[in-house]
Formats: sequence, structure tokens, C-alpha cells
Amino acid sequence: MHYNWDWSILLQEPYLQWLISGTGWTIAVSLAAWVIAVTVGSLIGIARTLPNRMVAGIATAYTEIFRNIPLLVQLFLWYFVLPEIVPEPLGHWIKRDLPLPEYTTAVIGLGFYTAARISEQVRAGIQSLSRGLSMAGYAQGLTLTQVYRHILLPVAFRLIVPPFTTEFLTVFKNSSLALTIGVLELTAQSGQISEYSFHSFEAYTAATVIYILITMGVTAVMTVIERRLPVAT
Amino acid sequence: MIKLSNIDKWYGAFHTLKDCSVNVSRGEVLVICGPSGSGKSTLIKCVNGLEPFQGGEITVDGVSVGAAGTNLPRLRARIGMVFQNFELYPHMSVLENICLAQLKVLKRPRDEAEARAFALLERVGLKDHARKLPSQLSGGQQQRVAIARALAMDPIAMLFDEPTSALDPEMINEVLEVMVQLAQEGMTMMVVTHEMGFARKVADRVVFMDQGEVVEDAATDQFFSAPKSDRAKSFLSRILQHV
Ligand SMILES: Nc1ncnc2c1ncn2[C@@H]1O[C@H](COP(=O)(O)OP(=O)(O)O)[C@@H](O)[C@H]1O
Ligand SMILES: [Mg+2]
Repeated sequence: MHYNWDWSILLQEPYLQWLISGTGWTIAVSLAAWVIAVTVGSLIGIARTLPNRMVAGIATAYTEIFRNIPLLVQLFLWYFVLPEIVPEPLGHWIKRDLPLPEYTTAVIGLGFYTAARISEQVRAGIQSLSRGLSMAGYAQGLTLTQVYRHILLPVAFRLIVPPFTTEFLTVFKNSSLALTIGVLELTAQSGQISEYSFHSFEAYTAATVIYILITMGVTAVMTVIERRLPVAT
Repeated sequence: MIKLSNIDKWYGAFHTLKDCSVNVSRGEVLVICGPSGSGKSTLIKCVNGLEPFQGGEITVDGVSVGAAGTNLPRLRARIGMVFQNFELYPHMSVLENICLAQLKVLKRPRDEAEARAFALLERVGLKDHARKLPSQLSGGQQQRVAIARALAMDPIAMLFDEPTSALDPEMINEVLEVMVQLAQEGMTMMVVTHEMGFARKVADRVVFMDQGEVVEDAATDQFFSAPKSDRAKSFLSRILQHV
């Protein structure tokens, strides 16, 4: 096979611009999805551990549904199916007026999917704590809210920083699926560079290296966070 | 002050407590003993409503524990509890462990809560350990912190569930000494324990439980010198053998 290696194309315009823009969208999708995932996922995870059976049941149903439908299918459902099945005015609004429709849909889809995975970590973290620990709080007269706020959550969140790191990295990798509904993130831009320049190897190598750099950055940040927290036994 | 009348409790189909009645008067020390699985922990957790019960009535200082309108957090704040496995809050320093409920439940100002914490730490001999995490303390020290944490709420009564069972033998006495002192100061206490030396020394009465029933409820001297039931006799002979 004869292949003309030319790394310099990556620094040529418009390819460099495409890579930078793609990286920007990848980070923008991932961070926004992560904010949704942590917020919704923590609430769902906490709800699953509450004494109220109905609340816990609904939360568990959320986790099971969003965790078990493939992410790609979920993105298609949000993007193509949802506008058709909601009341018509809302459907129209989504199709015509939703700002940045591809981006917004990707963030919501990835966010709610990852929330289900986060909720599982939060639930497992809380339930790994002994029943005696919360009993000690209740025995002192703390309310349910206070027991969660001051005891269970701070202890559980220290335990789940490592799995959170893994989930955060997965969000970046999963964000590449946003290209299927038209977000020009890093993988999409690499594909475009490859098509226009015929330098597929360079283009995808660049994407790979950038994903690795992001991963290393995230891991470094999470390691610092982990070190700052006194480890609970 | 603590009055349990005809308590019945089931875990599913399992009848855990059968028609249990126990009274503890103000200033009295009651020791509860009995084989493992007889329902001692369950009974003591019913007293502050940590476990719900299905039949009978419990009142603490005149307040009904099981009644629908009872403010359980407020009632619990007045009853100290010490657990077998200490159950200190692992992410907080010793000082914060003792302050948390003072601040959040009693709404004491921080300086007052800390002053109370230091006074109690001094009393249980751990003044120099205030800034440590529980994991940096021995079991005996942790349990003394747990006692200080409970006392910080100025409880009207204290419940102990096998407070020395998880301790290495050489640490049992440091915890028992604190409890003896507390008893001698007139604290109302319900203590689940197999430390019969402690029972002889400070208990006013001993309750013996077996298979969810209160089998015997007798003055301490009488319980040790002339237990009425065969079950209590054989239990005593088994555990006193080793003393
Ligand atoms: N949460 C629970 N669910 C079901 N059964 C329980 C639970 N807690 C205790 N039990 C059962 O109730 C009985 C009494 O337990 P417990 O009060 O812990 O006994 P003790 O403290 O005397 O050893 C035991 O048979 C135990 O298996
Ligand atoms: Mg027990």
C-alpha cells in the first residue's frame, strides 16, 4: 500500500480550524451533558434509597429504562421521534425554534442516559454504608433530610469519586455519537478532514490524540479532587 | 420513665418480640441480657422508634413513641443511644461528631457546642483527640467518643446496645468505667450487655430475654443468686463459666 503521509495538513486551514471547532463541540456537549447527568443522576440515585416505596420505584424505573436502551437509539428518539409525539405546538417549536437543535438534543440525550448510570453509582454508594450509620443520625434526632445532607451523602460521595471519573470519561467518548444527529464534534470533523484531504490516518490520529489528552486532563483533575477529600473508611 | 407495655413486633412473618413489657424508672439502670437473636437489639431500638412495632405501647417521659402525631426526631434527641459498632460519622473529626446534632437539632451556637464537646471529651479522657478522625482511634476510644456524642444532647435517658461486644478485651474496661460513672451519677440507662460484672455493680434490675420473650425481670441480686427460669439458669451458667 502506498500512502503519502503528510502530518502538516493538520496545521493547514481549514483543517486546523475544523479540528479546533470539533474539539470545542466535543467539550461543550460533554460538559453540558455531564452537568445534567450529575444533577439528575444524583437525585434519581438518592430517590432510589428513600424509604418511600413509590418514589424509589419510579426512580428505579427511570434507571432501568435509560440504562438499557442503547444510547444511539435514545438520541434518535429524542431527535426524530419526540417532536412528532408531543402536542403539536410543542413539536413545531422544537422543530422550528429550538436553539441549536442538534447540540441541545445531543446534550439532553447524553445527559439523561448518563444520569441513569450515575444514579446507579450513587445508589450503590449510599447503600454500601451500614444501616447503623444512618440509625446513629436518626437516634440523635436528625431528620431524614439532615441524615442525607450531613452524613450519607458526604460519606457516599467520597466513595464514588473513582466510578464518577470513569463515567466522566465515558461521556467524552459517548459524545462522539452526537455526530449521528449532525453535531460537528471532533469525530465528525475528523471524518470531514479525511474526506476532503484524503488523509484519513492523520485526521483520525489527531482525533485519537485529542481524546487521549482530554482523558488525561480529566483523570488529573479527578485525582486532585480525590486527594483533597479525606478518605472515609 | 421508659415504659414498654405488651410490645409485639414482626419482621415479615417472623414474630421477633412477643408481648414484651419492661419498665425503667428515673435514675434506674436496667441490664438486658439473653442469647444472640433473642430480640434485645430490636427491643431497645423500639424505645426510640428506630424500629417500628405492631402491637403494644411505649412511652418515654410520658410521650408515646408509636403514636401517629409524635415528633420522633424531637423525642430521639432526648434519648442517647450507643451502638455495638460505634457508628461514628467517618468523614468528621471527633469534635464535629459531637457537635453535629447539637448544631443541627438543638440549634446551639457553635462556641457553646464546642465547649460542651470539649468538656465531655475531657470527661471520657479524650481531650487531646478532638481533631482526629474516628478511623485514627482505637475501638475503645471510638466508643467513648460515641458516648460523649450521645451525652452532648443532654439526654434524659441512655440506651446501650452491646457497647463492648465489638471491642478487644483490653479496651472493654475503659468503656465500662465511663458507663459505671454515668450510672452512679443517676443517669437512667437501658443496657444490653453480657458484661455481668457491670450488671452486678450498677444494675438495679436485670431482664433476661429469649426467643423474643421477656423471660425474667428481677432485681439484680435476685437474678444472680436465684434465677427463676431454667432458661436464665442455663444462660447464666454458660456465660459465668468464663468469668
Ligand atoms: N432487619 C431485620 N429483618 C429481619 N429480621 C431481623 C432484622 N433484624 C433482626 N432480625 C431478626 O430478629 C431476631 C432478633 O434480632 P436482634 O434483636 O438483633 O437480636 P439480639 O440483639 O438479641 O441478638 C433475630 O432472629 C434476627 O434474625
Ligand atoms: Mg443485638
